[in-house]
Amino acid sequence: MATLDLAESSLRELNETLQKLPDGTNETDWEVINPKGSHALAVGLDAPIHVTVRGSTGYYCAGMNKHATVHVDGSAGPGVAENMMSGTVIVEGDASQYAGATGRGGLLVIKGNASSRCGISMKGIDIVVRGNVGHMSAFMAQSGNLVVLGDAGDALGDSLYEARLFVRGTVKSLGADCIEKEMRPEHLEILADLLGKAGITDVKPEEFTRYGSARKLYNFDVDNADAY
Amino acid sequence: MCGIVGLFLKDRSLEPELGSLLSDMLVTMTDRGPDSAGIAIYGEGSGNGAKLTVQSSRPDEDFGGLGEALNNRLATPVSVVRKDTHAVITTSLDNLAAAREALSDLRPDVRVMSSGDSVEIYKEVGLPETVLERFGIAGMSGSHGIGHTRMATESAVTTLGAHPFSTGPDQCLVHNGSLSNHNSLRRKLMRDGMTFETQNDSEVAAAYISHKLQNGMDLGNALEHSLDDLDGFFTFVVGTRSGFGVVRDPIACKPAVLAETDRYVAFGSEYRALVDLPGITEARVWEPEPATVYFWEH
Repeated sequence: MATLDLAESSLRELNETLQKLPDGTNETDWEVINPKGSHALAVGLDAPIHVTVRGSTGYYCAGMNKHATVHVDGSAGPGVAENMMSGTVIVEGDASQYAGATGRGGLLVIKGNASSRCGISMKGIDIVVRGNVGHMSAFMAQSGNLVVLGDAGDALGDSLYEARLFVRGTVKSLGADCIEKEMRPEHLEILADLLGKAGITDVKPEEFTRYGSARKLYNFDVDNADAY
Repeated sequence: MCGIVGLFLKDRSLEPELGSLLSDMLVTMTDRGPDSAGIAIYGEGSGNGAKLTVQSSRPDEDFGGLGEALNNRLATPVSVVRKDTHAVITTSLDNLAAAREALSDLRPDVRVMSSGDSVEIYKEVGLPETVLERFGIAGMSGSHGIGHTRMATESAVTTLGAHPFSTGPDQCLVHNGSLSNHNSLRRKLMRDGMTFETQNDSEVAAAYISHKLQNGMDLGNALEHSLDDLDGFFTFVVGTRSGFGVVRDPIACKPAVLAETDRYVAFGSEYRALVDLPGITEARVWEPEPATVYFWEH
């Protein structure tokens, strides 16, 4: 495993080193030490490598990730895994605001809590949060799955499109056009698969409630004007 | 954007390091706001004393002979210690109102940054590192303090527009965000007798809290009420003589991180500001909930 020390090299050197690794590289295991809350750590990665960050990160860690697995052995600041395309991002601690925002693919696992706007405008990413999520999570989410083992804050799924939301605990309130939906066998299957991928074995898919879009806000209809 | 830091010490053995720890935290937040910087330090209070921290754009003229002039006018001992563009005037609590009056008469251009038994506020335009060096903040000791580095979004980049804002004895407030109803609230507070020195939205928030405290509310309650009456985005960190509070608006757009150990409570706009504090790796670190008041008292 190669080690990159942010006490010795600059953030730019670190990101350049990781970004230029080609697909099929043999240098697949990397460790970043002394992150000290730095912003934009391990962003724009484009090769199937493993990067472990030892400590907590600042804004936008692992943003725009493609193919790589980024493991934050600490907590992550705002915008972790923002606009991820593929690959996996795992946060051992908590994540701040808008974790996984606009993500198009891949898997984001947060083992602690995520704060407000988790999965805002998600477009295909799968997000699994072991703890709770804050208010306005999955706001305008378009596709993908948000799995919350704990509780959700106010206005979950406000103005939701086609993303699926699975919450095991309580939901403080649902946002506009977000409703509780029936859990069908295909949803249990999706959930079992996601929990498996996230390494969660002590929780059953049957313990969750599914939420989704009532699809009343797709096209303007004056009868629904109050819902906007 | 703006950057806020705060440090409330529980372990008295850390007190000599307060200025140095806060300075490092604030310098880390420079890229959140390079326009101006300020810091409030709560030092040892005498119990019966009162301090005025004052600022002048012409310190040589204004502070030269000020101690003597105040002594003559008030016929009581007054000490004046100059620090760059600021000076700390110390007198007895009974003399505070007379000292303020004499000061505005003798040196009409001097501005009062803070008053109280323990707080001193230093703020100027410029990068945090430079501002902190000018006042020798790193060498100061105290029980708690807050700092701010400003990216101006409301009102001018001036010394008075810098934070912290102090609108009551031993009170101060720093703000990250922007308020949308500050003009109407300012008018209302002015009708209730509050005075303002700037057009800044954050000064309104500080005066709002002071007004509530003057009317007998405790700080926790005053902060709870601010959630109903202040509209806009805010993360506030406030200091009183013995207390330290944090509150965010219900939307909580502006970032905030709290950390607590047996030795201190620390606040930073970002986790980066906290990383060099002693024992931070073992601290409980969390993001304060929206519309929730956090408060610690000695």
